[in-house]
Amino acid sequence: MNAVDVARWQFAITTVYHFLFVPITIGMSMIVAIFHTVWLRTRNPEYLRLTKFFGKLFLINFALGLVTGIVQEFQFGMNWSDYSRFVGDIFGAPLAFEALLAFFLESTFLGIWIFGWGRLPEKLHVASIWLVHIGTVLSAYFILAANSFMQNPVGYKFNPATGRAEMSSFWAVLTNKVQLVTFPHVIASAYMVGGAVVMGVALWLMRKHAGSGDESMYRKATKFGAIFALVASLGVIVTGDLQGKIMTQVQPMKMAAAEGLYDTTSSAPFSVLSIGSLDGSEATRIIEIPGLLSFLATGTFDGTVEGINDLQVSERAQAEKVSAQYGPQVAALVTAKSYAPMIPVTYWSFRIMMGLGFLTMFLAAITLWGIRKGRVPASKWWVWVAVITPLAPVFANSFGWIFTEVGRQPWIVYGLMTTATGVSPSVSVGEVWFSMIAYTLVYAVLAVIEVKLFLTYVRRGADPYEEPVDPASKGEDAPLEFAY
Amino acid sequence: MNYELIWFGLIGLLWAGYLVLEGFDFGVGALLPVLGKGTNAADTEKRRRVMLTTIGPHWDGNEVWLLTAGGATFAAFPEWYATMFSGFYLALLVLLVALIVRNMGFEYRGKRNDDTWRQRWDWAIIAGSIIAPLLVGVALTNVVRGVPIDKNMEYVGNFFTLLNPMSLLGGLVVLGLSLTHGAFFLALKTRGDIQRDARALGTTLGLGTAVLAVVLLLWLGFTQGTVWSWITTAIAAVALLAAIYANTQAKEGWAFIGTAVTFAAAVATYFLTLYPNVMPTTLPGGTSLTIYNASSSHMTLVIMTVAALVFTPVVLLYTAWTYWTFRKRLSTKNIPAPVPVP
Repeated sequence: MNAVDVARWQFAITTVYHFLFVPITIGMSMIVAIFHTVWLRTRNPEYLRLTKFFGKLFLINFALGLVTGIVQEFQFGMNWSDYSRFVGDIFGAPLAFEALLAFFLESTFLGIWIFGWGRLPEKLHVASIWLVHIGTVLSAYFILAANSFMQNPVGYKFNPATGRAEMSSFWAVLTNKVQLVTFPHVIASAYMVGGAVVMGVALWLMRKHAGSGDESMYRKATKFGAIFALVASLGVIVTGDLQGKIMTQVQPMKMAAAEGLYDTTSSAPFSVLSIGSLDGSEATRIIEIPGLLSFLATGTFDGTVEGINDLQVSERAQAEKVSAQYGPQVAALVTAKSYAPMIPVTYWSFRIMMGLGFLTMFLAAITLWGIRKGRVPASKWWVWVAVITPLAPVFANSFGWIFTEVGRQPWIVYGLMTTATGVSPSVSVGEVWFSMIAYTLVYAVLAVIEVKLFLTYVRRGADPYEEPVDPASKGEDAPLEFAY
Repeated sequence: MNYELIWFGLIGLLWAGYLVLEGFDFGVGALLPVLGKGTNAADTEKRRRVMLTTIGPHWDGNEVWLLTAGGATFAAFPEWYATMFSGFYLALLVLLVALIVRNMGFEYRGKRNDDTWRQRWDWAIIAGSIIAPLLVGVALTNVVRGVPIDKNMEYVGNFFTLLNPMSLLGGLVVLGLSLTHGAFFLALKTRGDIQRDARALGTTLGLGTAVLAVVLLLWLGFTQGTVWSWITTAIAAVALLAAIYANTQAKEGWAFIGTAVTFAAAVATYFLTLYPNVMPTTLPGGTSLTIYNASSSHMTLVIMTVAALVFTPVVLLYTAWTYWTFRKRLSTKNIPAPVPVP
């Protein structure tokens, strides 16, 4: 493998890993904030216990999301310095905004929330977890604006004097039409993850504590998580559909790659599964739904979807046009052998994403049915529902990103710069290998520790209720409610 | 207006903010084996928990200053970001791993009531808190003294190029200042035995650091200094000596402010020495990165300036509020029973 391949693998591994924790953080911070608010309003002890219990799980997860996020911010400069030079004028700003507007908010108020038990007025304490949640959502907005620029570069002009792309409108970058559909899709997916994690954990505990006084508390959380996930999943579907239409406009190649559609077709069918190499020779499609691909791409069942072969020709022509504008110095930035991504990866990741999403909806729905009217689902199969429900949407997120990013190839910025030209010239293959092995080892060890710790805390369940004590009444030597 | 200059200054401020804030939590983490050593195992554990709890609500926010410095460099000086981050590759990798294990240590150490578990995370915290400031010091000193950069703005040295005497000394100074700053912070935020020990240790650490810092700043001053950098050098020196004096007089608030000013003035010295370069080359025929040839376009700089003007005060305000909220001094008596998780 050359430096480009290793750097790409490193980006894939570190980003997919990072994004296992991100949707859980966004989704669970919202749900913990809701539980905390309900407790403040109702004074129902169950909600304080749920707040603290899911708050701990949230923090165990947050720790890893945080540390792996630092790597992401450094990685653009470390492995992709030519990319950073060429588009840094546009791409850097959303990253700086993310740090200034989102990271500070998130980190500062999370510190306040963690250590605020018994030290802060209750309303301020609840407000701080909401601010954490707002921080996570703002963070998503800016980083997705940066990513949307890579999918659909807008708000820039090529400057021949400096040989790089420069900002012409930051507003255009922030309101990129890809961004406007991607952001709600990612947030809805994150809420779906949050709901699914809460539902799965609570369902497991509800069965464990069936018949005890805690059953009603876990039932509330199970029901809430399931409904939250279901409502969010409707948002995921609607925004995903909108995304498909926008993607067809701005990245037709990605839509064709999602189906492995080689020839331009009207009333294009969507295959649920297929057997074969997907390399353009006749693959056997299993269960084809007529017209569905056309519908996903254009909104009508008889719409025309451009195929990979035609798009190769048009993308090459487009690249030649751009390279003429660039001039000889940077013309190589848009030259590629093939303008199509790896079709098997796009084909399958698209299906796995959707399949896992629908599976989550199904599991949340049957759980609501299983716990109806005070029932506790008894069959041992429900353990699997509790285990799979949180995992399915997390991996749906992963495959969604794999589809989005692989589907953009060979481009690092669509139509503007190829991935191969973005790597750091001063970094050797050996160095990239070294760092990749280092990250992978550290991440693997941390994953084992995290999962074990998470499961330990799940098994332990919620702590008993303790009456909050007025901070003002405590003496100097009183033990803190929380300390490291 | 000269936006390139404004952003050069703002990035200096971000580094100063980072070292002033994360400097003390580096120090607290690194001093865990020294100040966190009690009369018996139970006392040791309680002392360590006090130390970690003093920085508990703050370290994460403090670290965002580093991320913001990185992000702002990317946005305002993409060439600087690209050259520095790809050039200092292995050093930054080690820095990242150090920060990762250290942060995980803070978050996970108390999550199990198990001595082995805690000891392992303690080592992660201690090692991370020593290595990180050392590397930050080495990296910043290299930026100021210059590294081999070719005419295409690519770094052409290797990892060992960065380990030159001046930069290693810079690493030790940042580590020493962090330890002193951390000791003064602990004296300010604790009561009882830890406070007494932190005070005693702070003076020793401060004097040791002062010697190293003076050597470094004189070395830098005589080779690359300007009138302005000599002024900030003098401020740094006076502030550090005043901090040590205040510490001996049990004025820990002043002592802490003193080391904070020392850090800020030291960063100012670095940036005033650097100006108008951001990364000078040591290579004949190479291109030095300056605030002009490394910067973003006018439009990006203007947008970033507006954002910084509007949002930085807000950030400073709620950050200050956090410190006010957790202003109470802690002692081992404030430490609750460990979480009963095996």
